[in-house]
Amino acid sequence: MAFLKAFGSYLPERVVSNAEIGARVGCDAEWIRNVSGIDERRFARDDESVTDLALRAAQDCLERAKVKASELGMILVASGSSERQFPGPAASVANRLGLNTTPCLDMPMASAGSLFGISLASRLCASLGPILVIGAEKMSQIVEREPMERGVAILFGDGAGACLVDPSNGFARVLDCELYSDGAYAEDLKLSFSSPLEMNGRSVILQASRKIPRAIAALLQQHRRRAADVAVFLMHQANQNLIARVAQALEVAEDKFYSNIKRFGNTSSASMLIAAAEWSRSNELAPGETLCFAAFGAGFHWGALLAEGSEV
Amino acid sequence: MDNRTQIIEIIRRVAGKEPPAAADESLFDSGVLDSFGLQDLVTELEHIFDVKIPDGDLTPRKFESIERIERYLEEHGK
Repeated sequence: MAFLKAFGSYLPERVVSNAEIGARVGCDAEWIRNVSGIDERRFARDDESVTDLALRAAQDCLERAKVKASELGMILVASGSSERQFPGPAASVANRLGLNTTPCLDMPMASAGSLFGISLASRLCASLGPILVIGAEKMSQIVEREPMERGVAILFGDGAGACLVDPSNGFARVLDCELYSDGAYAEDLKLSFSSPLEMNGRSVILQASRKIPRAIAALLQQHRRRAADVAVFLMHQANQNLIARVAQALEVAEDKFYSNIKRFGNTSSASMLIAAAEWSRSNELAPGETLCFAAFGAGFHWGALLAEGSEV
Repeated sequence: MDNRTQIIEIIRRVAGKEPPAAADESLFDSGVLDSFGLQDLVTELEHIFDVKIPDGDLTPRKFESIERIERYLEEHGK
């Protein structure tokens, strides 16, 4: 058994408007809004690292869960924008939480990282104890690499999200997940060392538009639930138009998909958990209600996870 | 109605724009289709031509122009 106990998040203070980023890559604010649903995003300070962002989200999550760092059995950190090739940020986050023996794992997966992290944590927590899953990205340091590419620069923002997965209690019980990977598309979305991010946006959208709803539908069918029965979909905030397409494919209203991409842009592996944290601050999952996570990203890696509201 | 005429009609309907005059002209570079329009186009092609386009065939290049779409359907259509 595994439960979702709490979410946390951190967004840097600096707001970068469409007008500001658009001026740097030769497009206007309205165009950015139309193609992505994004109005603004956050950029971290130069002296803020991925570890700094991850730490803030971790602290927020632990505070909300009322769990001490010393109680953690493991920390998983997903990030595609880590400053170092190795070690990744996971051990540094643990160190700054005051831990020096807790096992940590880095997942350099970008957008689907948090989903894979929660799925892995839900399987490991029975033997390891509570696992803190973090998605943290400083995408600004990547999109600003020259030459800045318009289709990439307008999308991304910085931030971090976290989720505590507990073996014994929480507001929702993890029911199941469906994860997939297909390396045939590795070249369609990639970040090589010291290079700009390369993205075949058409391929990403084509594949994501099909694969995300298919993964969700397969999972729902296995658990004899309909998309209409799901209380909230918490999906990777890649593009509002993609979220709309997934909702359309599942034949549910778009507002069942919680969205904050308008204000924070695409924060890659962090986005799903930033959305979850924001959703959880003003919403509750009643016992028996279904929550569905979904994500798609570089690899390609994609999938979905179902959780059911439990008696806390 | 031949395949090319049907393809042109589908593009016109999906994109809400006039397809390029030249069959080998890129639907993307000409501004007729964007990424989401391409997804709609593929869905319509599957429906109208009663063909299942597998994910592995779903590359933008294969559906980049009227000519390429026509060729794909000739090779994979019923």
